[in-house]
Amino acid sequence: MLGQINFLLDITRSHDIVRRYFVVNGFDGALTMLGLIIGFIVSESDDLLVIMNVCLGAAIALGMSGLSSAYISESAERKHALGKLEQAMISDLGDSAHGEASRWVPLLIALVNGLAPLVISLLILTPIWLTILGFTLPASPLYLAISIALLLIFLLGVFLGRIAGISWLRSGVQTLAVAVVTAALIYLFAGH
Amino acid sequence: MVYVKRIVLDVLKPHQPNALEFSQTIAKVGDNYRVHLIVLEMDENTESVQIEITGNSIDFDAIHSAIKDLGGSLHSIDEVEVQSEVEAE
Repeated sequence: MLGQINFLLDITRSHDIVRRYFVVNGFDGALTMLGLIIGFIVSESDDLLVIMNVCLGAAIALGMSGLSSAYISESAERKHALGKLEQAMISDLGDSAHGEASRWVPLLIALVNGLAPLVISLLILTPIWLTILGFTLPASPLYLAISIALLLIFLLGVFLGRIAGISWLRSGVQTLAVAVVTAALIYLFAGH
Repeated sequence: MVYVKRIVLDVLKPHQPNALEFSQTIAKVGDNYRVHLIVLEMDENTESVQIEITGNSIDFDAIHSAIKDLGGSLHSIDEVEVQSEVEAE
């Protein structure tokens, strides 16, 4: 199964696209959750159920947006690429691996694009969810959620650094700086 | 019984899967297949290749099917070597 997925991504040269979508939309999910949670802290809202529902709503919307937009755009791209290849080959490639790839690769890319922000958002929301369930955490769930968001954003930077072959620390700090600037802007504009 | 021992095929294929993956997939079609692939010509989207397959008993239909599955198109069978063997009773 994994071998087949790898083969289909390979013949359509889609590994880079999957990786890019994962980072871009994962970053979107983490920053959105960070922004929402800081917004709740600034507005001194302490109803965790409301916070959870708002954040969950945003996470699901991000997931659905990523899933549908990537599927629509990638389907069109794959059909175009297959048509071009069929013209060059002067044959119908519908039953070949290329035809199969044009049907499955958009779905795979859409899943990555949709699941990346959703899963990252759910990870960030874990402390809030645990507190609602009655668990006692060592610190405020909102600040713990912010810490997880910053950690995940740093890790996304590390991942990018490893791909680019540059210093993982530098790349991680760069993405973390984006998150810190975002937080500062929210405090600046939403705090007053 | 007549066994196909060697065939040389002229095939047009997309760039992906590459020559190595293409040859490996064809070799996996049967036991003890030896595949020798030469890229003859290349353009923007496709490449013409010559594939020589040797084996004890080559299943041409299975090879043709594998080539089609990989997006390739068989242009011609350029060389064939067959051998008749007495079947053991």
